[in-house]
Amino acid sequence: MTAALALLRRDIALAFREGGAIGVALGFYLVVIAIAPFGLGPDMNLLARVAPGLLWIALLLAALLSADRIFHNDYEDGSLDVLTMGPLPLAAVAASKSLAHWITTCVPLALLAPVLGLLLNFPIDTIPILVLAMMVGTPAVSFIAGIGASLTLGLRRSGLLLALLVLPLYVPVLIFGVSTISAAVTGPGSPWPPFLMLCAISLASMVLAPLASAAALRTSFR
Amino acid sequence: MSTPFSVTLQAQGVACDRGGRRLFEGLSFSLEPGDALLVQGPNGTGKTSLMRQIAGLLPLAAGEVSVAGAEAGTPAAEFCHYVGHLNGIKASLTVRENLAFWREYLASGLETDGLGDGGVDAALEVFGLSAIADISAAFLSAGQKRKLALSRLFDCARPIWLLDEPSVSLDTASVGRLGRAIEAHGQAGGIAIVSTHVPLGGGFTHTLDLHRLDPADDAGAPAEDVAT
Repeated sequence: MTAALALLRRDIALAFREGGAIGVALGFYLVVIAIAPFGLGPDMNLLARVAPGLLWIALLLAALLSADRIFHNDYEDGSLDVLTMGPLPLAAVAASKSLAHWITTCVPLALLAPVLGLLLNFPIDTIPILVLAMMVGTPAVSFIAGIGASLTLGLRRSGLLLALLVLPLYVPVLIFGVSTISAAVTGPGSPWPPFLMLCAISLASMVLAPLASAAALRTSFR
Repeated sequence: MSTPFSVTLQAQGVACDRGGRRLFEGLSFSLEPGDALLVQGPNGTGKTSLMRQIAGLLPLAAGEVSVAGAEAGTPAAEFCHYVGHLNGIKASLTVRENLAFWREYLASGLETDGLGDGGVDAALEVFGLSAIADISAAFLSAGQKRKLALSRLFDCARPIWLLDEPSVSLDTASVGRLGRAIEAHGQAGGIAIVSTHVPLGGGFTHTLDLHRLDPADDAGAPAEDVAT
């Protein structure tokens, strides 16, 4: 447990010191949402209707920008070799690194979402549920990205391949994430059933994805 | 001198395949506490692969590696320090933070009878890194990075050292210091497996020449390959 916390602390410190990844993700998210009204036109009702979907899709893409760094830096400088020789099982290493990605990328993105929602005429009174749904849904985003990052380890241009591999796996998160927010904004029905599905997807990913990542990491050593 | 470490390392009939080619096979040795094995051989004979196999980073094509005297169920890798060609250093952390992280991460598993308890400061002192402890590792020279990677050995105590060409880019004085450190590790009952092309002192009790194990080279692979 000490080891996992030490790794988590180091990864968070590295992300904030190197800085680039978080800034790029936030900037990308801002730009995509800011140009959307130019493409869709100034119809305020239309923008409000597509806002949940746009906010989620742009968040997924922004989170993927830094996803290939989950394991890549440690792989390249030899740290990953030493990490496997510690007391932590490889799955716990993968879980800790995915969690660090969630804290350093997805949480800032989820907190930026309400600000960007204003650009899309997103109703202010449903902002709490927007942030809640994104906070609850994004662990799945980071942990599934971990699978893609470990599978593409050591490849050139791994970021693009990673997006191809991982984006289809985000469909359930997208469906239930958007329907939670849409139900809260326009109804009909309660937002809580899709919200609970979103919780379930995140919990399942946090348990299962590190196992898949660990298996992929093992093959990358050969 | 007391011997805080008391594990033995055994390899039985180890073989290694890389890229569809068998590098070596039928490799067996047994190292007692205090032994140091010098692995020699031309480039491409599998020195690095052997180290990585013992460290659990490469699968064994045949045979097995076991650590005796260990609690059942603990993988051999947890008794080993591996310093390979890559240093495992984070450029945006300071020298001290690098070591402090590895100490916290690696040391939390094993009980090691008081060895290596000098902490990060003592580990920094071994290769004289104390003066640059608080600068970012990005500004280190290749030799200093190497020293920082090797300082991990003293950062937390582990009985088995796997050093893959540890002397690369070290200055002469540091190579001497490394040789003495390997000797001292043996006196403490530790095991060292070192591959090197430069002389590292007289601390070695065994020599393994991987060239002799090349299956393409010699049909009759010997069963016991370690010359004492």
